[in-house]
Amino acid sequence: MPRAPARYAADVASTPIDRGGDALAPITTPAPGAPSPWRNDFPALDALVHGKRLAYLDSASTSLKPRAVIDAVVRVFTEQAGNVHRGVHALSEAATEAFDAARDDIARFIGGAPDEIIFTSGTTAAINLVAHSWGRTHLGPGDAIVVTELEHHANLVPWQVLCAERGAELRVAPIDDRGQLDLGALDRLLDRTPDRRVKLVAVSQLSNVLGTLAPISEITARAHAAGAIVLVDGAQAIAHLPVDVAALGCDFYVFSAHKLLAPTGTGVLWGRRSLLADLPPWQTGGEMVAAVDYDRARLREPPYRFEAGTPNIAGVIGLGAAVRYLAALDRRAALRHEARLHARLRDALAAEDRVRVLGDPQAAVVAFTVAGAHPHDVATLVDRDGVAIRSGHHCAEPLHKRLGIAASARASLALYNDDADIDALLAGLHRVRQVLR
Amino acid sequence: MSDDDLYQAVILDHDRAPRNLGPLPAASHHATIDNPLCGDVVTIHARVDHGVVRELAFEARGCALSRAAASIVTTLVRDRSLDDARALAAAFERFVHAPPDAALPDDLGELRAFAGVRRARSRRVCATLAFRALVRALDGAV
Repeated sequence: MPRAPARYAADVASTPIDRGGDALAPITTPAPGAPSPWRNDFPALDALVHGKRLAYLDSASTSLKPRAVIDAVVRVFTEQAGNVHRGVHALSEAATEAFDAARDDIARFIGGAPDEIIFTSGTTAAINLVAHSWGRTHLGPGDAIVVTELEHHANLVPWQVLCAERGAELRVAPIDDRGQLDLGALDRLLDRTPDRRVKLVAVSQLSNVLGTLAPISEITARAHAAGAIVLVDGAQAIAHLPVDVAALGCDFYVFSAHKLLAPTGTGVLWGRRSLLADLPPWQTGGEMVAAVDYDRARLREPPYRFEAGTPNIAGVIGLGAAVRYLAALDRRAALRHEARLHARLRDALAAEDRVRVLGDPQAAVVAFTVAGAHPHDVATLVDRDGVAIRSGHHCAEPLHKRLGIAASARASLALYNDDADIDALLAGLHRVRQVLR
Repeated sequence: MSDDDLYQAVILDHDRAPRNLGPLPAASHHATIDNPLCGDVVTIHARVDHGVVRELAFEARGCALSRAAASIVTTLVRDRSLDDARALAAAFERFVHAPPDAALPDDLGELRAFAGVRRARSRRVCATLAFRALVRALDGAV
């Protein structure tokens, strides 16, 4: 099977990274075999699991948090304990200042503008916001939405429900056996007009199962030519690629804080300003209104129109700290480190007896099966060696059915991983094969 | 190997050489149950005669724990009354949810090998899937 082009490494090498004016000595890419120079920034890795060094290979589920983020969250509850945008007293001012600074830094991190950053509770809520707000005003009978075969349930079910409600059609763009989107088939799905018009293409940038990268710029060019907008699910990609929404050309970009070194319960919807301007709110209440009478309310401009209620203040400020942490380190070195580890993980697993790697992973994630051993048994057995991997369908049940399996095991990487983690997984898999013959 | 290890010899034995695996043409009762964790599926077939479970068989797509549990259930419940079978299912539910240091009830036979799931919250459902399918099958009867 031919390998997909090494676009990941090329992207990483060619994309300039804003170092954010860091005062720290740069850490360059560690040599093969050397410990991750960032490992010590993550206190969770100090813990012993079943008496063993923790090899955390489940960052695609949720990433660990660096000390900088933990400290920022503690500071919210100790020094910035007021509500945001609601008071004139000192604690409210402190919280508001930190909150607004986080929005600015998060916008800079993805190449957007602060007023295009809408805080949600996560990727799922961000997609649901678009499905409700955009979907109910832009989609009707005769329209269609295109997703791909590898989508996470969060980027599939909201569109199923929306299409059913609006009398629209949901089309699924196929992937090939390597996990690459079939662009020719996408063209045909976009083209099947004039009986129905595709209004939206919703696609993951980095598959949470196959670890494949979608060619977003090519997808957006094709979709826009067909008159459709594009929502990119960046839940996985955001932590593993330099993301620039302008370069991607997409219309919505969504991600979760907790996969980007920050707390759970916070996510981001980036939307193109011209699109957001005309969208109605999804949820209503405080914060999102400019003036209220008993019989009506005047709505605020984006992003506040989409942020009803008190936000997850600590989560947002934690996410701000996370992007500042990433801006202050040599991210290109970190991404190169991850890319090297990923190539080793993929090749080592593929070479293991009884192990089959799913698709042709390009970044961050390697899903696999072990012949004669169920993924849950694999994950439980390697856990005894301190190795944390995911097992199940990873919220991508249709993709697993497409691959002809019920479940898989998945190892996923972050900058704090190193070769010792991969060694521990390989040793654990050796034991799996001994126990489950 | 301690009692807390999940992959006891008894479990591995039933996983490798499952008893009563397959359909049961004479069955009077069937039920299929999903593991919501991963979509694994266990089906229990039972032939009930005059209030006694005379024969059982199972089909499963799942992990070693769920397959072994189903295999053991089919051997353990044979020739028990419906009430006995239900009582055993309830006792096993209590057993897997008991504190890890609780004493092991004798009447559970080989199912005592599942003591380890008391420390593995996410795997309890794997152990209990077969009994839940059996109870559902028996409830569907009359």
